[in-house]
Amino acid sequence: MTTFLDISRISKRFVTDGTVFEALNDVDLKIAEGEFITLIGHSGCGKSTVLNILAGLLDVTDGGIFLEGSQISEPGPDRAVVFQNHALMPWLDVYGNVELAVKAVFHGRKNDREMDEWIRHNLELVNMTHAMRKMPSEISGGMKQRVGIARALSMQPKVLLMDEPFGALDALTRAQLQESTMDIHRELGNTVIMITHDVDEAVLLSDRIVMMSNGPSARIGDIVDVDLPRPRRRLELAEHPDYNRCRKRVLDFLYSTNKAPSVLQHEARQQGREEAVSKPERAA
Amino acid sequence: MIFSPRFSLATVRPTGTQWLAKLLRALLFPFAGIVVFLMLWQGLAQSITTSLGQFPGPADVMHQGGVLVDEYHEQKEKAARFYERQDQRNAKKLAENPEAKVKWRTYTGKPTFLDQIIVSLKTVAFGFVIASVIAIPLGIACGLSDTFYQAVNPIIQVFKPVSPLAWLPLVTMVVSATYVTEDPFFAKSFLNSGFTVALCCLWPTVINTSVGVASIDRDLINVGRVIKLPRLTNIAKIVLPSALPMVFTGLRLSLATGWMVLIAAEMLSQNPGLGKFIWDEFQNGSSNSLSRIMTAVVVIGLIGFVLDRLMLVLQRRFSWDKAADLK
Repeated sequence: MTTFLDISRISKRFVTDGTVFEALNDVDLKIAEGEFITLIGHSGCGKSTVLNILAGLLDVTDGGIFLEGSQISEPGPDRAVVFQNHALMPWLDVYGNVELAVKAVFHGRKNDREMDEWIRHNLELVNMTHAMRKMPSEISGGMKQRVGIARALSMQPKVLLMDEPFGALDALTRAQLQESTMDIHRELGNTVIMITHDVDEAVLLSDRIVMMSNGPSARIGDIVDVDLPRPRRRLELAEHPDYNRCRKRVLDFLYSTNKAPSVLQHEARQQGREEAVSKPERAA
Repeated sequence: MIFSPRFSLATVRPTGTQWLAKLLRALLFPFAGIVVFLMLWQGLAQSITTSLGQFPGPADVMHQGGVLVDEYHEQKEKAARFYERQDQRNAKKLAENPEAKVKWRTYTGKPTFLDQIIVSLKTVAFGFVIASVIAIPLGIACGLSDTFYQAVNPIIQVFKPVSPLAWLPLVTMVVSATYVTEDPFFAKSFLNSGFTVALCCLWPTVINTSVGVASIDRDLINVGRVIKLPRLTNIAKIVLPSALPMVFTGLRLSLATGWMVLIAAEMLSQNPGLGKFIWDEFQNGSSNSLSRIMTAVVVIGLIGFVLDRLMLVLQRRFSWDKAADLK
């Protein structure tokens, strides 16, 4: 049987003004249907590049992406994206933003009434029916991101791609949206690939956490399987030994084997200073 | 003190006196500015003597404004009397002989100041609409395709600073050569002025539209790609609405340019609008010519101001960016 989503040995090189920058080197990952995957790594490690390639917004240099056996070459609603900054059309209200996607995706397949029902249904999934006629500028950041999720879900995607969807939100709103995301994932059983910076978020939501090494030429450093039972409750998990084990593995990866480039620089400077102090004669 | 509710209420809600102060600032200062300006104008006007007499002060302009309105009513009455006489004459003819051929002529009196304002408004609207119909699609194309922009940009940069007076002779010759009909729907002078206005007010809309289109949020473009909008739908649903605030900024600038260009074009092409009014008064050289011209200047300014406000109202109505304020 073919893999549901096969990220097959992809590399990505950007060429700007003759200089070649290799962002990804030989990233290989097989994802089963219904899996919740998070990508975690330091800034600049190429997480977003992976997501954009999956979305079809960027081309690969080597390798390829196969969804249910067929290769991906362009963007499409089967791989809906939830953008970090929600990317709602500021001139359309909440309903209109979802409607834009539904009309484009289900053109000729649903009649007006069915489309209307489908739009309302998706807004219901994210608890936004009360604000259907509000403009994006009139609602909070968390609500905007809910609408972004509703829009993505309304495309009935095979894979839902989320690019740090909760990164710009405050902790309480983020927790709420994490709960909603888990509920929706349980209800719809969709395959989700999500980028995050937040270790707790990764452990709470994922079936597998894919940890990326630092760029340039980033690759998959390690993968943590999260075998915690679902539905997961934030408070119960805090004391679960597996939760803490997973969390520690991710933290170890991020902060000892794969420190952020800025941290490494800082340490190098510190070291240099210590050496200078230990050899005062030479410095003078 | 900070925690007492009275204190916080007082700071949040403007009190009666604060409100009054705001109102005074909104009305008093502009009013004071106008009064000082009028006084300076009066003072300076008295010290300038020309071959056509004293330079007109504010009072002369006010007086001439009244005269011009009176002339309009006078002409209207004359026209009414003319048609009345014509009706009577023709009715009488037909009564004597039902087969008789009767002629219906339109009244050809001297156009009044108010008629000329209307002609000017029609001409500028004509030029502005033509310019917009060309400029908006051109701007969108420039914003969408960098290659196209690179190709078109030098041409835009060269033609943008060209004065309307340079275009006018060319436009006149081209219109005379191409617009040949027995019964012209448009007067040639009207077309000449209109096209000259169009040529000059194209550019602000082209440039602003292309900037607006080119600076669309990448994510919004990506949304369009993910939902696979066809090219034209994409332009209609994402590109154009997104660029609309900038398009309107361009249109406002274009209309202002067009109105300024129009007066010069009308003077030279003899289009019976405000430009011709000024030119005729200048050639006429009577003792109240200067005050009539000065009246026209003030009216031109006021109309320009009103046109700009109208565009702003339109912008507010159709644009999602409510940040555009009255400036």
